[in-house]
Amino acid sequence: MGINFLYPEYEVIRNMDKCINCRVCERQCANEVHTYDEERKIMCSDDALCVNCHRCVSLCPTRALKIVKSDHTFKENANWSNRAITEIYKQSESGGVLLSSMGNPKDYPVYFDKILINASQVTNPSIDPLREPMETKVFLGSKPKKIERDKDGNLINNLSAGIELAMPIMFSAMSYGSISYNAHESLARAAKEVGILYNTGEGGLHKDFYQYGSNTIVQVASGRFGVHKDYLEAGAAIEIKMGQGAKPGIGGHLPGAKIVGDISKTRMVPKGSDAISPAPHHDIYSIEDLRQLVYSLKEATDYKKPVIVKIAAVHNVAAIASGIARSGADIIAIDGFRGGTGAAPTRIRDNVGIPIELALASVDQRLRDEGIRDNVSIVIGGSIRNSGDIIKAVALGADAVYIGTAALIALGCHLCRSCHTGKCNWGIATQRPELVKRLNPNVGYKRLVNLVRAWNHEIKEMMGGMGINSIESLKGNRLMLRGVGLNEKELQILGIKHAGE
Amino acid sequence: MKRVYVNEEWCLGCHLCEYYCAFANSNEKDMAKALKNVIIHPRIQLEEGDNINFAVSCRHCDDPLCVKGCITGALSINDGVITADTNKCIGCYTCILCCPYGAISPGEHGVIQKCELCTTNIKGSPHCVVGCPNSAIVFEER
Ligand code: SF4
Ligand code: SF4
Ligand code: SF4
Ligand code: SF4
Repeated sequence: MGINFLYPEYEVIRNMDKCINCRVCERQCANEVHTYDEERKIMCSDDALCVNCHRCVSLCPTRALKIVKSDHTFKENANWSNRAITEIYKQSESGGVLLSSMGNPKDYPVYFDKILINASQVTNPSIDPLREPMETKVFLGSKPKKIERDKDGNLINNLSAGIELAMPIMFSAMSYGSISYNAHESLARAAKEVGILYNTGEGGLHKDFYQYGSNTIVQVASGRFGVHKDYLEAGAAIEIKMGQGAKPGIGGHLPGAKIVGDISKTRMVPKGSDAISPAPHHDIYSIEDLRQLVYSLKEATDYKKPVIVKIAAVHNVAAIASGIARSGADIIAIDGFRGGTGAAPTRIRDNVGIPIELALASVDQRLRDEGIRDNVSIVIGGSIRNSGDIIKAVALGADAVYIGTAALIALGCHLCRSCHTGKCNWGIATQRPELVKRLNPNVGYKRLVNLVRAWNHEIKEMMGGMGINSIESLKGNRLMLRGVGLNEKELQILGIKHAGE
Repeated sequence: MKRVYVNEEWCLGCHLCEYYCAFANSNEKDMAKALKNVIIHPRIQLEEGDNINFAVSCRHCDDPLCVKGCITGALSINDGVITADTNKCIGCYTCILCCPYGAISPGEHGVIQKCELCTTNIKGSPHCVVGCPNSAIVFEER
């Protein structure tokens, strides 16, 4: 076997005074870190197997456990970090591409954290959301260019199909397969309860979830998995997935081992065969081709469903978005480089794409400059972490946001970033029945509902502070934002002034 | 009456309910102090199978066979809760044989013990329910 160069990244620390040998940690850790030593009558752990997911920590009844980062270190080197060295050890051992999950964890600037929000003082009154009406409802879709009236002066309804959301939040695409049945059920039920939408991802729609159709976005991705007429008709909107923030430019690969039972049926992929989503859509090589797919989908659904085109935020995002806005799509979804995933090559996750804040600002500006901003709504995702991020996104020009990682965290995800192992201890990114069971959707959906309701309260609170009583008046209202610690170029792209200006 | 019910669909077989039960009935304030180096005798017990687990405790039957069977009158119904008077129990274990759910077990000092919905310990309400991580056991009216 040779020498194992890898030293465990985390240490499982057990307070032996508190441990009562209940063996709950042993039963709950799918990575088999904990074992009971019958002879010594103590619990032992193998640190090397720990992924730091906190399942055992959260369930230990006496709080005897904690996980700490190992302080074991290589000789310090600002260039060759511990991570850089270990990754070389891993690859020279395996010969393979490094895989990771969830979003880009690296220390790139988070522009949301360098933007501050305005509030009213003296000259313009703030509004108390508890006493006065405050509107956070949004409508997504293309807006008519003009008001039309018939000969009697009555308004003609010239709206094309759109989406109505109780608040500017949707759950982003996560496929059944990448996440569990119970996670999907939680998302679907929560979306229904609060009046927003969730997204099937490219895994098709399980027959049990057709009942949540009016709160569902059905996705059509490059593999076309699970796509058929009933599926397209089941949802409130159709999303064409061109790209994903976590792995722009590449496709997906759900290993055959995960194509079991209902997943195989839902994806319409034979059991045990790999589900490979090609990197491009093989029928889309231009905006004209995209337009054909947009209209094929509209035709197939009688022009009753708005079509979303989702792209990853990449260098030319503004020009691409301009093309999409002319393709007949009703909504553009842009996914920033911090967006999550169930599995992506580490190098791509960590190095490809651009920050969503910059992408959003430049897309919104470009569409406005070209006079086509009303053709489409803009939805952004890729690490919206709280309601402050949402306010900033809306003020930068977004109509709504997608939340994925935040929703999973609400369900119990601890961002251990081991989704690709399929052994999620929290029952989210796994298909093993005994693990899936750990996410009780009756509990899960309530946590999601709580989260988005809480965020909606905060959004109203902050809008009130700015003296704004409708989210529509905040949209693209960049005067409500100021930058801190940003250079001229960054401020120019974001279209905001520096604090103090 | 509110009772403890199990939804086996969500029971993980983690055994936490057993430990929370033993803790509640120890009347100690600190769990480690109560249960360290102790072999627990919980009043709720997990039944484990291949793919199914569920925790069983006293059903607090409307027409309890254990109360009928007790030869000393140690078991009685108090506001619907079947309680045991350990001063009266002589350890004949007739109730253990009578209970169709196997919810009564031998306790300390030769007498029996059973779930009294935590009405007779310092917790005051079912502690197993509080400790269940997946809402598999619930305390509710049905
Ligand atoms: S869960 Fe906590 S108390 Fe129980 S065996 Fe593990 S460390 Fe010990
Ligand atoms: S992998 Fe998770 S459950 Fe297992 S020891 Fe580490 S933190 Fe605990
Ligand atoms: S604590 Fe809940 S999930 Fe765990 S064994 Fe008991 S009833 Fe089942
Ligand atoms: S209600 Fe109290 S006594 Fe009854 S099983 Fe639960 S913890 Fe034990």
